[in-house]
Amino acid sequence: MKKIYIQEEYCIGCRLCEIYCQVKHSKSKKIIKAFKEEKSDILSRVLVEEIGYNSFAIQCRHCADAPCVEACISGAMQKNENTGVVICDENKCVGCWSCIMVCPYGVIKRNTSSRKVASKCDLCVDEDIPECVKNCPNEALKFIEEDKEKENQVKITNEIRK
Amino acid sequence: MALKLNQSEFEIERDESKCISCQVCVRQCSNDVHEYDSEQDNVYSDNIKCVGCHRCESLCPTGALKIKERQFQFKPNYNWTRDHLRNIYKQADSGGVILTGMGSDKPYIVYWDRILFNASQVTNPSIDPLREPMEIKTFVGRKPDDLEFEITRGSKGRGVKLKTQLFPQLELSTPIMFSAMSYGSISLNACRSLADAASEFGTYYNTGEGGLHKDLYKYSKNTIVQVASGRYGVDVDYLNKGAAVEIKIGQGAKPGIGGHLPGEKVTSDISDTRMIPEGTDAISPAPHHDIYSIEDLAQLIYALKEATDWSKPVGVKVSAVHNIAPIASGIVRAGADFVSIDGLRGGTGAAPLVIRDNVGIPIELAIASVDERLRKEGIRHKASIIAAGSIRSSADVIKAIALGADAVYIGTAALIAMGCHLCQKCYTGKCNWGIATQDPYLTKRLNPEVGTRRLLNLLRGWSLEIKEMLGGAGINAIESLKGNREHLRGIGLSQRELEILGIKHAGEAW
Repeated sequence: MKKIYIQEEYCIGCRLCEIYCQVKHSKSKKIIKAFKEEKSDILSRVLVEEIGYNSFAIQCRHCADAPCVEACISGAMQKNENTGVVICDENKCVGCWSCIMVCPYGVIKRNTSSRKVASKCDLCVDEDIPECVKNCPNEALKFIEEDKEKENQVKITNEIRK
Repeated sequence: MALKLNQSEFEIERDESKCISCQVCVRQCSNDVHEYDSEQDNVYSDNIKCVGCHRCESLCPTGALKIKERQFQFKPNYNWTRDHLRNIYKQADSGGVILTGMGSDKPYIVYWDRILFNASQVTNPSIDPLREPMEIKTFVGRKPDDLEFEITRGSKGRGVKLKTQLFPQLELSTPIMFSAMSYGSISLNACRSLADAASEFGTYYNTGEGGLHKDLYKYSKNTIVQVASGRYGVDVDYLNKGAAVEIKIGQGAKPGIGGHLPGEKVTSDISDTRMIPEGTDAISPAPHHDIYSIEDLAQLIYALKEATDWSKPVGVKVSAVHNIAPIASGIVRAGADFVSIDGLRGGTGAAPLVIRDNVGIPIELAIASVDERLRKEGIRHKASIIAAGSIRSSADVIKAIALGADAVYIGTAALIAMGCHLCQKCYTGKCNWGIATQDPYLTKRLNPEVGTRRLLNLLRGWSLEIKEMLGGAGINAIESLKGNREHLRGIGLSQRELEILGIKHAGEAW
């Protein structure tokens, strides 16, 4: 499946991915309106982690064997068998936060604005390219096939070993 | 000392109805112009720190920011201009030499804009480059005095073989190369983009005097290695890694002036590449202390040819100064295979403002006079001429070639393609676009993949335009345009200027 990968050496820590993620998951989908009027209701599903000049954006890895799906007590967290995308059905979510406790990447957030539900990356399933990838100004975020990324990693490791 | 006489140069206009306090501007500005007040949930900007690089404006997701030139910083005065006042205040504060970056922005005549190119009508057909072959491949290097051929007889009949041994050449797929920008003056990501684009497109980039980083060894077929007065990073392996060697005597932005890379920019990587201790200032002397004459230059040229086994062209780069024609003639006679000439408006990472804006001559006049002189002396074929110093478009390229250059170097244009906004603050090391900096926070901002793609697009676009213009003039090979000044006409130029450029005025026919 296609996933979002970060080249952390080119992540510039601008956090535009977070901003566009918030807009995408707002009611109005309009950036100024979303931030001026719905700010308290919208959470970014991508997180930029920073220490010094090192920074990278991380979002749900859509694990093959997703612990959050396993831990979910209400059946809200489901992995789509065809697409591989892990999605939380907010209508079923009861806000027990089991998923948050088991997530090895810490990328599920508590959304407490209206109803208590778990909020996480949905890979913008209705878009060809997720919003964060589309709007990364330095093309540090990539939306590519898992196998291709593995190949890249092997190449990079080999180059470093040389 | 609270009194500051200088006013801010720019005005930052923040449209509060659009600003969403996302703080992208705060995070992107290396000059700390923007500051977020969490209590008021507002972003404030300090105009006086702004250098006008437009990074925040470009990244602002809502278009809330506008960087404007501030009008009426001082009472308007035709003689005592804003720049004069600013500089005097600055020097009265600091007592130092005013530094600057990039090429001169003073309103000297840009001759490119006073020259028009020709096209075919009726009497000779124009060529459509989309339907017919159009050759823009160029060779840089010494050409033989004459050619000897041999008739061969084989089983398949008679053939012709070239007997003359040719001199080493650089083969350019387009007459555009990237000019010398050292690792140190620009970031490794910028060097990598230039090298990658040059090798992909089949042209060359130049190391500048910063040595060659080991990550760039794989591009060595498309590398021109420079030997400058500081000799940084030069050893026999370095020379042999390049496709050609260039001796740097001068640079258009600062003729007669050396270089100075401050110690804080000499990181461990740069110290390895330049072969100097970490944290020490890299000072390039103004002259080469072993070159005080043409004869001395000849010695170095032949020493470099010997060191590289006579397998590579060795050229000399000089800045365009008053006596450029005889200087170029001397350089060719000293054995150089190409002469690079950098004009008045050529760029730099750091130069004294007064030198950049007042020393040298425009490249257009320099090419014309050098080409003319070398032809008169019958030595034009012994060396290629590379023109540099503010080539801004494909039209400038084609005019430079028609005036007599073999190829051009682009530096500033390449940086602009990678994001440079010409704020002229390269010497501060705080380049917000990640180009002229070694700060790890900032160098990340230039993804070499993006940089390479943008440079390739620029080369492609210009090459297509060159073909279009050549076709329009009924020429199907760039070789036929070299020094073909009949294809140029001046507009609004004096008789003397036309004579120096060797062109007719618009409206004059045969």
